[in-house]
Amino acid sequence: MSDLASIVDLLAPVAGSGIRLSVPLLFACLAGLWSERSGVVDIGLEGKMLAAAFASGAGAAAFHSPWAGLLAGIVVSVALALVHGFAAITQRGNQIVSGVAINFLAAGLTVLLGQVWYGQGGRTPQLANPERFLGLDLGTLGLDPNSALGRIWGDAISGHNVLTWCAFLAVPITWWVLWRTRFGLRLRAVGDNPHAVDTAGVSVAALRYRAVIVCGVLTGFAGTYLAVAQSAGFVRDMTAGKGFIALAALVFAKWKPLNALGACLLFGMLDAVAIRLQGTPLPGVGTVPVQVFQALPYALTVVLLAGFIGRSIPPKASGIPYTKDR
Amino acid sequence: MSAPHRDLPPLVDYVVVPFLNLAVAFLVAGLVVLAIGENPLQAVAIMLHGALGYPEGVGFTLYYTTGFVFTGLSVAVAFHAGLFNIGSEGQATLGGLGVALLCLTFDGAPWWLVLPFALAASALFGAAWAFVPAWLQARRGSHIVITTIMFNYLAATLMVWLLVEVLGQPGSMSPETKTFEEATRLPFLRDFLTPLGIDLGQSPVNPMVFVALLSAVFVWLLIWRTRFGFELRTVGQNPTAAVYAGIDPGNIVIAAMLISGGLSGLMAVNEVMGVQHRLLLEFVAGAGFVGIAVALMGRSHPFGVVLSALLFGILYQGGAELAFEKPSISRDMIVVIQALVILFAGALEHMFRPALGRLFARAETAGGRA
Repeated sequence: MSDLASIVDLLAPVAGSGIRLSVPLLFACLAGLWSERSGVVDIGLEGKMLAAAFASGAGAAAFHSPWAGLLAGIVVSVALALVHGFAAITQRGNQIVSGVAINFLAAGLTVLLGQVWYGQGGRTPQLANPERFLGLDLGTLGLDPNSALGRIWGDAISGHNVLTWCAFLAVPITWWVLWRTRFGLRLRAVGDNPHAVDTAGVSVAALRYRAVIVCGVLTGFAGTYLAVAQSAGFVRDMTAGKGFIALAALVFAKWKPLNALGACLLFGMLDAVAIRLQGTPLPGVGTVPVQVFQALPYALTVVLLAGFIGRSIPPKASGIPYTKDR
Repeated sequence: MSAPHRDLPPLVDYVVVPFLNLAVAFLVAGLVVLAIGENPLQAVAIMLHGALGYPEGVGFTLYYTTGFVFTGLSVAVAFHAGLFNIGSEGQATLGGLGVALLCLTFDGAPWWLVLPFALAASALFGAAWAFVPAWLQARRGSHIVITTIMFNYLAATLMVWLLVEVLGQPGSMSPETKTFEEATRLPFLRDFLTPLGIDLGQSPVNPMVFVALLSAVFVWLLIWRTRFGFELRTVGQNPTAAVYAGIDPGNIVIAAMLISGGLSGLMAVNEVMGVQHRLLLEFVAGAGFVGIAVALMGRSHPFGVVLSALLFGILYQGGAELAFEKPSISRDMIVVIQALVILFAGALEHMFRPALGRLFARAETAGGRA
């Protein structure tokens, strides 16, 4: 019994922190899923998240409400998504180039404006607790807080904030809308065979714009989670490559929502384990450098892309601008 | 796959359109400066003076330009083969590892003896880092954009591990190798020119600036004057046609990426052997990504790449000067300008074409009637 208790003691907090670390990945990964399922490749997830994090930090500080922060984050993120949409859909420009531009725009503007507005090296003001999304207390559910189940409930499941629940809710919603509604069918069709959708008399551009806007809303949530829930304000470069890990997770998930949940949880857990294991030797292996865990998401994605363990194939028309035949 | 736009006269295509795109990018950047509450014209004046107004500034500008020429050429060569190499950053990082290992092995040897091997080592390491994504693209069809992004992060993590656990100096907390001996460091141009009366001050420009120019000539010869270059462009324009012409696109993709990675790697010689004299974390400092903007703006032509690398050199040096004079416009302004250039000269490059096309069509019919 003491064995089980010690394992739970070790794993429950890691699981809890893994879940917390996977939330921004999950939002961004689903955002990418919406966009790429409609045929618009988006490597600007990172930039949109970063801009949303800044806007939400500034918004929450200005209006003393996390919800105002969320709204600001979504508005800014959707605006950037529309720039990407305009370049990719209306102007039929290169979608990779546009994504790169958005990443730089966010990286530069957030710090520049942050410095001008607040003069704290690009930070937004420190948020007080009422201005943040804090963990919700779900009680003990009648479990003994010292029992194994109680520890799992208390450390890993209870105590998450409202955005975390939103992230996990977004998975079934995304699945239901994309796979069980007419709108979803058309949106996926436009990513695989836009000509067929066009022939059926449905606007390719309108569908893709809607997908890009949903993508912006979700990256808005991702950024807000970073600045208003996980931390108490924005700091420069606070996304630190999470947008690209989300992109890796999307490839890993083969562009499917339930797989995305699994991939993001896996990558989040890897991150949590890396933090927990810093310098602690593993039985039988010795000390594993933290960098091994940090590199695993990228390495696993490359291996999967190589097609040695299963194959990950993107939607057929993703990345290709749609031109009507004349 | 070419964009369905009316053909424009070459002069318009290669001069007017890029210039117009660039002008819009700078116009928007000017609006950002205005929004911050500073005078954009004054900002431009400070930048130009800081970058070109006195010899030390020119020295710094050329130092930045050197790195951008290498990464710009790297991205451009890949573009010609129809590939988007976002991995220049990681390839340059690995190039740095190559140079550093060589310089540490032959520490104390004269720089002119070490330099040829350093060039080879950096190019080799950069090319090796590009090989896996290239092979995966050519033989397994894995999208090179995603794999090169992954390899950038893998390079960064590898570097942290190497510098913290393996190459770092015992007893030192900072993740960097020991500094090379004086004799092994590349000389600065200021060592030669300052005694002649051209005061380059503390600017770190070194002989690699000439290697950069030679590389541009090499790339031009390679792409437009060799059989391989022809095959490379054919694969880039139409891989199906290339197959019918008896070209194996896979081989070309791998070769193009090896050259691209090698060019990125060379960037590290300028930084590691020429300026820092040791290997440290993140010495590439985004030059790999600037390369994307440089290649887009230079329309992937080596001459254009050199010119746009110079423009970005001016931006970086001028921006540093601007941040010094006007603290409200921090160096992040350069990143914003870079983003706008990529957006308007890259993703939105066709925005003005329809209007220009109509303008020319109208001019032609008017000319025909007269």
